[in-house]
Formats: sequence, structure tokens, C-alpha cells
Amino acid sequence: MIKKSSLTSKLISYFFLIVLAYVMIYPLLWMIGASFKTNQEMFGTVGILPKDPVFGAFSAGWHGTGQYGFSTFLTNTFLMVVPTVIFTAISSVLVGYGFARFDFPLKKPLFFIMLSTLMLPATVIIIPRYIFFKRLGWLDTYLPFIVPAILGSFPFFNFMMVQFFRGLPVEIDESGKLDGCNSFTILKDLLLPLCKSAIFSVIVFQFVWTWNDFLNVLIYISSVAKYPVALGLRMTMDISTEFDWNQIMAMSLISITPPIILFFAAQKYFVEGIATTGMKN
Amino acid sequence: MLSRKRFNYTGYLYILPWVLGFLLLQLVPLINSFWYSFTQFQLLGSPKFLGLANYKKIFTADPTFYQSLKVTFYYVLIAVPLKIGFALLIAIILNQKIKGINLFRTLYYIPSILGGSVAISVLWKYLFMNKGVINNILSTVGIGAIDWLGNPSIALGTISLVTVWQFGSSMLLFLAGLKQIPISHYEAARIDGAGTMRIFFQITLPELSPIVLFNLIMQMINAFQDFTSAFVITQGGPLKSTYLYGLMLYDQGFKFFKMGYASALSWILFVIILFFSSMTFRSSESWVHYGDSL
Repeated sequence: MIKKSSLTSKLISYFFLIVLAYVMIYPLLWMIGASFKTNQEMFGTVGILPKDPVFGAFSAGWHGTGQYGFSTFLTNTFLMVVPTVIFTAISSVLVGYGFARFDFPLKKPLFFIMLSTLMLPATVIIIPRYIFFKRLGWLDTYLPFIVPAILGSFPFFNFMMVQFFRGLPVEIDESGKLDGCNSFTILKDLLLPLCKSAIFSVIVFQFVWTWNDFLNVLIYISSVAKYPVALGLRMTMDISTEFDWNQIMAMSLISITPPIILFFAAQKYFVEGIATTGMKN
Repeated sequence: MLSRKRFNYTGYLYILPWVLGFLLLQLVPLINSFWYSFTQFQLLGSPKFLGLANYKKIFTADPTFYQSLKVTFYYVLIAVPLKIGFALLIAIILNQKIKGINLFRTLYYIPSILGGSVAISVLWKYLFMNKGVINNILSTVGIGAIDWLGNPSIALGTISLVTVWQFGSSMLLFLAGLKQIPISHYEAARIDGAGTMRIFFQITLPELSPIVLFNLIMQMINAFQDFTSAFVITQGGPLKSTYLYGLMLYDQGFKFFKMGYASALSWILFVIILFFSSMTFRSSESWVHYGDSL
């Protein structure tokens, strides 16, 4: 009796999970299919697979109709995202190490301030920041993204690294000290190799967030030659007619591919990260 | 050797980037924005002190402010509970010994990686437009077309769907929390003859309550500031029915370049967010259960 009811409830669960998975992923599958459909087919049908796949949408969108095509926007996005991600990883490791391993005056209040900035709404400081960067002549450059990364202005990642360093045994540092290492060598040679999974998490999250960021690029980047994909895509959508919707779907598809690839490539390290912290308990 | 605590000033060297960043990119801007909010400040001039005039105008002579505030409250009230409730439900289902849990988890998480992007907003627009796929699907099952984006009483719901669709990140937090609940708790309850519902309300939910609180606060802070989907999909329309606070701030600050007025708006939002997060924290004393071990 009990077995039977748990079997049916399991079946219902599976059925629900599979239907839900399909609903969740359907928009993305439709997007992939639509990139290969003709415009007429795109809106007349509900199926995912195109009847007669056409491949023109990708090359047409890639080269663009105006002066700049998607190849430019994609390159720009990497020029903006890659330095931001690298500097975020470096600064969060340094700040995390500082808070986790050293005792200095005012450490507690400073750490508390950092934690509270986690909840500071970005919209409150967006205007003065804009004016500040404008006075420095940084508008229409990627510096408003890169410099905050250098200065560790993403408290979430700093906090993540603090937590991670706290989980590493202090004996590692002490053995390094006995060998005559200074604090930086201890970080570089002994601790850093153990931080791989945490650093990968920082990289993936910051990559995805910066890649998807729209409000900031909308505010800071004004010339089309410097547009990242987010702005390029919206511009293409605004000037498009009914006849190149498949192009826009194709370009949307290309623009979401790098974050997805990175996520799947780094998934192993996420799991590893969870496993190691679980083992520590 | 005698000193109680040995300070190591090298620590400052490591946290220096953050200290500079905090001062230059957070604290000074915060003070500036407070100051600007009492001024008239067109981007090209310098700020002119106005006293409370901006705030007075917002509260007494700006109907869009109230419209936007109303829309934003509705949005937060729809999107946040739905997202968290859904995340919790799915996490509980996945926590039964489900085969292929990794696959489901990944599939449900993917929208959270993409959700905030323009590409997804564009996709949403195409899915929900009048002759879009969703209406085609509805017509094959015999339901008439719905004006998802053009009807002022539906459009906000359509925008909220983008948010709810990204329940994956909250779900992961709940899953991690569920793993921490000792099986003995469940067994004890079952021996006492508790049914599924009672187990959920008396064990699962209380044990997860700190994570519910965390999700609630973070999602609320984010939802109050949401921008991209409403901006790209409906541009705040129709009839300003999706004119979220973020859109109003953007218009005042970066379309009309009224930096003083926009700063005042941003401080009002800040106070609203502070109010609701602290209310949530306060109320949590009565519903958040911290484990006996703590």
C-alpha cells in the first residue's frame, strides 16, 4: 500500500518535473529553431524545428546592415568583460585574504561596512558615479566597468573569498612562515592553488553579470563603434522590420552562447567547491 | 609576547583596493547623491541649492511618481513571492530521491544565467507579441489570442514572468538548505504519525526559514530596482502600466538629465527599500527558526 502510493507520487513528480523542464527550456529551444526559420514560418507555427532550415540569418546579422555588425559588438563585449572579470578575481582574492588572515585595528567595523554594502541599492549611487566618471573623462570607455573591478567594489565576491579563505586550515600559513615565506608568497604559492573552485565561481558569476549588464552600458557607452552585444541587440531590434526577425533571433542566440559555454565548462568546479566545503564540516 | 593581540598591519595592504573603492565609488557617491537631491542640477551646470523643492514636487506635483510607485509595488508583490514559492516547491520535489536530479537542476538553472540579458527580453517580446508563439499555442488548444503586451492590466504580469522564470538561483539555495535537515527529524515526525502537509509546515518550512528570509530580502532589493525587461519589452507601456521605478529614474536622470530630481527619486527608493527590508527582518523574529545548534 505504502509502496504503491509512493510509486504513483514519484511518477507524478517525474511527470511534473519533465513538463516543467520543457516549459523552462522551450523559449530557448524556440530561439534556436527560429534562427534557422524563414520569417513567415517563425510566427505561423509553434514547432521548434524549422521545416526548411535557412542559414542566411547568421551571416546577415554578423555583418550587420549599417557600419557595424555583430562581430564588432561581440569583440567589444569581450574587451569590456574580460578585464573586468580578471581584475575582480585578483581584487577579491587580495581583499578576501586580508580580511580572513590578518588582525588589524578596525578590522571588525570595516568588515561590517563591507557586509552592509552588499545591501546598498545600486540605483542610489548611479547618478553621482556617472557624474564622477564624466568629470574624469571616462564616458564612452570601458573604464567605468574595469576600475570598480580593480578597486574591489563588488562586495559579494570579496565576501565569498573571505568565507573561502576562512575554510582553509591556518596550519598551511604557519608552515609557510616556518619556511620563511612572506605573506604574499604564502598566498601565491600555498593558498592560491587551493582556491581554484572559489576563483572559478567568481569568474563565472562576474562574467555572466557583466556580460548581461544593460543599464550601465546604456548609460556609459554612447558610440555605436563601442557597443557591446546588449546595446547592439537592442539597436538592431529597434531598427528592424518584420523581415529580419530571424536575424535578431540568430544574434540573440550568439549573444547568450558565451555565458552558457562558460557555465557548463566551470560546472565541475562548482560541484567541487560544494563538495570540499561539505567535507570540512 | 606579552601583547594580548598582535596586530599585523600588512592586512591593510591587502584590503586597500576595497577601502579605496568603498570611499571613492560608494561612500562619496552616496553623500553626493544626498546633496544633489536638494539641488537643481542639469548635467552641464553646477548644482544649485533648492532646499526641499525636489521632494515637494515629487510628492505633490508628479503624477508619474505615484503611477510608477504603484506599478513597482505590484511588480514586487507579484514577482518576488511567486519566484520564491516556486523555487521552494521545486526544491522540495527535487529533494526526494529523484533520478537525474543533476540534469533537472541544470535545466532549471539555465534561465537564471541568461535572465537579465537583452537577448531574453527580445525573445520574450517575440514570444508574447500578438501573433507570437504563445498565442499560436493557445489557438491550437482553442483559446483566443491574449494581448500579453498591449493590455495594461496584463502587461506587468508578462514582465513578471521573466523574473519568475529565473527561479533557479533561489532553488539552488533551498536545495542546499534541504540537504542540511537531518533525516532523523523526519523519521521522528513520521513515527508520531504526521502527514506530508504537517511535516512540511512543522519541519521543512521552519528549518528553511533562514534561507527564505535571505531570498526574500535579496530578491526584494533587486525587484525594486529592476529595469532591463520592462525597458526592452514594453518601454514602460502601455499607458505606463509597466513603468517601473528604475525606468522613471533612468528617464529623469539620463533622458532629461535632471540629476538633482533623479537623485531625490533615488533616495526615496532607498528609503522604501530600507523600510521593507528592515520590516522583513523585524517580522522574521516571529517566523525564522534558527537551529538548536546555533
